[in-house]
Amino acid sequence: MAISNVDAVRILDEQRHEGIICSTMTANSVNHGLPSVSKNESLDFPMGGAMGKGSSLALGLALAQPDRKILLLDGDGSLLMNLGSLVTVSNKAPENLYHFVFENGVYAITGGQPVPGSGKTSFTGMAREAGYAAVYEFDDTEEFATGLHDVLHQKGPVLICLKITPVIENTPVQFRDRPTRTTQIAIKELHGIFTG
Amino acid sequence: MQQEAVLHPASIIAELKKNKVTHVVWLPDSETNFMYQQLTNDPDVDLVPVCREGETMAIAAGLWVGGKKPVCLIQNTGIFESGDSMRGLGLDVNNPLVMLVGYRGWDRHGVSRDSAARFIEHILHAWGITYYLVETDDDAPRISLAMEEAERTSKPVAVLVGTEFGS
Repeated sequence: MAISNVDAVRILDEQRHEGIICSTMTANSVNHGLPSVSKNESLDFPMGGAMGKGSSLALGLALAQPDRKILLLDGDGSLLMNLGSLVTVSNKAPENLYHFVFENGVYAITGGQPVPGSGKTSFTGMAREAGYAAVYEFDDTEEFATGLHDVLHQKGPVLICLKITPVIENTPVQFRDRPTRTTQIAIKELHGIFTG
Repeated sequence: MQQEAVLHPASIIAELKKNKVTHVVWLPDSETNFMYQQLTNDPDVDLVPVCREGETMAIAAGLWVGGKKPVCLIQNTGIFESGDSMRGLGLDVNNPLVMLVGYRGWDRHGVSRDSAARFIEHILHAWGITYYLVETDDDAPRISLAMEEAERTSKPVAVLVGTEFGS
């Protein structure tokens, strides 16, 4: 079983409350990621600037805003680029950080090549051993929708691995739809919110 | 006999506090070890240790977006590793980040054979990142200059720490 990308981001958006959602890669797709469903755009933080650094960027935001939940929507290929960040995160132990890994097993935005270790690697296992406070795994839409409430009431850092059905992008990059809310716009607006 | 000029961690930390720095995001290097020891005992500055230098700019970007004032502290070798982070979460997003960079291999009085020293200024020039050299306590106020420039230009600015700290 697996969860569709659009269902995953829709459920997260519905249950985020005042949480900031930091999204990267597939979770940030214009057509089937957070921008396609978000009803809280002012709290969306699309992270297009640095491949693999979503976990680091979200850690910084979580440390700066400890009273607000930070939901990071990471990719499996993306996290693999920055695995040491699991230890960096657990070392600072932000209680407000919820690290969702969209595990679809492929580099979906580059044509669907398998990520290294696909089917062998356990992201929950690595996070648990790195020292995350809790880990979860979901591969069913209904179970994720009903279980997310409890997940978001755990003290972080929590890693949640979502088994996602891949949506492969084969359209040349220059012809793909572009998001209206860019990383630069989001940074300007969020910085304004946090600094008054 | 003229006393040798020395850089003490207290001089740097005083500059950080003067500029209301809230976090130091860093990976230890030999040039900055004594500063690490002092910062770990300082309640006013939160230390964020990382596993790899490319994390530092991204963590600092998140802290900045969230209203804090971080600096990065890494070695010049770490700058080489961090290129995409500096591009994407420094230069491209107008992040006024000051990066304190241990200048491994720097030798004002000789010829450096360390490629880490020979390449670093070229790399910073290529990216259009200005930098200040700090070698002694008298140079420490250049950190304030770097802070002012980063804020004024909304761009990352580097401070090259050209000597190991005295204890």
